[in-house]
Amino acid sequence: MPFIPHTDEDIREMLSAIGATSIESLFDEIPTALRTGSLQEIPAGMSEMEILQLMSARARADGRQLCFIGAGAYEHHIPAAVWAIVTRGEFYSAYTPYQAEASQGTLQTIYEFQSMMTSLTGMQVSNASLYDGATALAEAALMAVRANRRSKSARILLPRTVHPHYRAVARTTASNQGLRLEEVAYDRAQGGTPVEALRDFEGQDITALVIAQPNFFGVLEDVDTLTDWAHAHGALVIAVVNPTSLSLLKPPGNWGGRGADIVVGDGQPLGCPLSAGGPYFGFMTTRSEFVRQMPGRIVGRTVDLEGRPGFTLTLQAREQHIRRAKATSNICTNQGLLMMAGTIYLAMMGAEGLERVAAACMARTAELTERLAAGGAVRRMFAGPVFHEAVLALDRPAAPVLAALATRGIQGGLDLAEHYPELGSAVLVCATETKTTADIEAYGQALAEALPAVRAA
Amino acid sequence: MSNIPGDLQYTRSHEWVRALADGTVEVGISDHAQAALGDLVFVELPEPGRALKAGEACAVVESVKAASDVYAPIAGTVVTVNEQLAQSPELVNSDPYGGGWMMRLRPAAGALEGLLSAQAYAAVTAGA
Repeated sequence: MPFIPHTDEDIREMLSAIGATSIESLFDEIPTALRTGSLQEIPAGMSEMEILQLMSARARADGRQLCFIGAGAYEHHIPAAVWAIVTRGEFYSAYTPYQAEASQGTLQTIYEFQSMMTSLTGMQVSNASLYDGATALAEAALMAVRANRRSKSARILLPRTVHPHYRAVARTTASNQGLRLEEVAYDRAQGGTPVEALRDFEGQDITALVIAQPNFFGVLEDVDTLTDWAHAHGALVIAVVNPTSLSLLKPPGNWGGRGADIVVGDGQPLGCPLSAGGPYFGFMTTRSEFVRQMPGRIVGRTVDLEGRPGFTLTLQAREQHIRRAKATSNICTNQGLLMMAGTIYLAMMGAEGLERVAAACMARTAELTERLAAGGAVRRMFAGPVFHEAVLALDRPAAPVLAALATRGIQGGLDLAEHYPELGSAVLVCATETKTTADIEAYGQALAEALPAVRAA
Repeated sequence: MSNIPGDLQYTRSHEWVRALADGTVEVGISDHAQAALGDLVFVELPEPGRALKAGEACAVVESVKAASDVYAPIAGTVVTVNEQLAQSPELVNSDPYGGGWMMRLRPAAGALEGLLSAQAYAAVTAGA
């Protein structure tokens, strides 16, 4: 039996069985005016060698800039062994394998991943990963509506300190499923979400509160107070966290009196290189009591008929292939390859290694903001404590300053004008463990050169 | 041959209804239904106070490889649910008409009409 479907012979047989002359004839009922015809703008194919030459030329044009942009995706050192292992043929698949139990090695890796994520987040169960942090938040919002059975409102409080892209994706996914996502204001002095901003919602039916730690501004939220507020008002807590930071910060499972209920985030900082926006992977953990409301695949450990340990997909009755339209989610796979990278990265770093990375990031960002503020044209915008990112306020327009820095080989940060116009001239900067004191000094020098060309506002 | 007690009423979707002295009714799934599902590992029950329409999906029974909805056999309001099933879903398998009961409903007016007798339900399962 051939494993390649749709051979010419297959196609001929199928066409003759239904009495059609060609595949094209199957589309006859679509009026010609609605067909696109051939795609004129798509260039002819190139050979592998030509592609390599083209891409090399473009890479030269981009140069090797020093990157001080975080904003959800972070440049970390990735030990060479991570991708050497991930790209082995035995692991090299994007998905949970079909006939999953035949791939015991992959299932064991997923099981290890789940164990690491529950440990890191302080929760009881984890799924096998999701597509990315933003879709994980959208799934968490839908899950909260299923899990919080006392709440009938499907209202989710979504602070403006949550990553703007995550909020946009959550809105796209959730708004057509009857959820109401309501924004919560932040404190303009501290850069966090004060519990006072939630007072307007007291006495109302709220399904869940989202808490980002650290938040999009890099600021650490008062997670204990916010978590206790949510639970006191019948709402669940959805934590959006940076996995690197969890080696230093209190795990969401210990937030407030009862801990967060659902924890999500983007796994990119764990072994996934910055790569034009992805692919990255999302993660999700929760309490045991909510496991049947959790989307995605879960690997369990069991024994076979002869008592030997083995791994298996479990709790599949939640999933689409069994529950059909009533499945917890349309997610019926995981982000296998990137999750594998995250698992190997965590295994190589260990708890101590991850803690050293986090501490180095925090120290580098503090060093960066101090160095840049020393020039006088830049200051920290928010007083709240930060992890490895901070918002800088500039005394002149940010966009031309950032453009001038780029010509000097520095990606100086993310201009916040698009998502937070109320902040005026504001730039989100990040320095991870990959940035040396010399790199930070180079940024400081470049800024000093760039500033005079841009008139102060 | 499955057990179909003569003192209960049934639906075509395999729920049973027992009239209680206080005017409420007890609801569960039939011996035939539990046998078809196999060993249950989880039962999800509705919140007390929820008003149900006849035929509305109101509970989920999950076995190792399948999950099915349980439908409200009559219109009514959920008075209480069998909390024991959270820890011991297997009661539905071992004692479907006793310890495996799922919920008690306060029937809406006239809601009890149209249910099947044991004899009529036996004919349904024989044809199934």
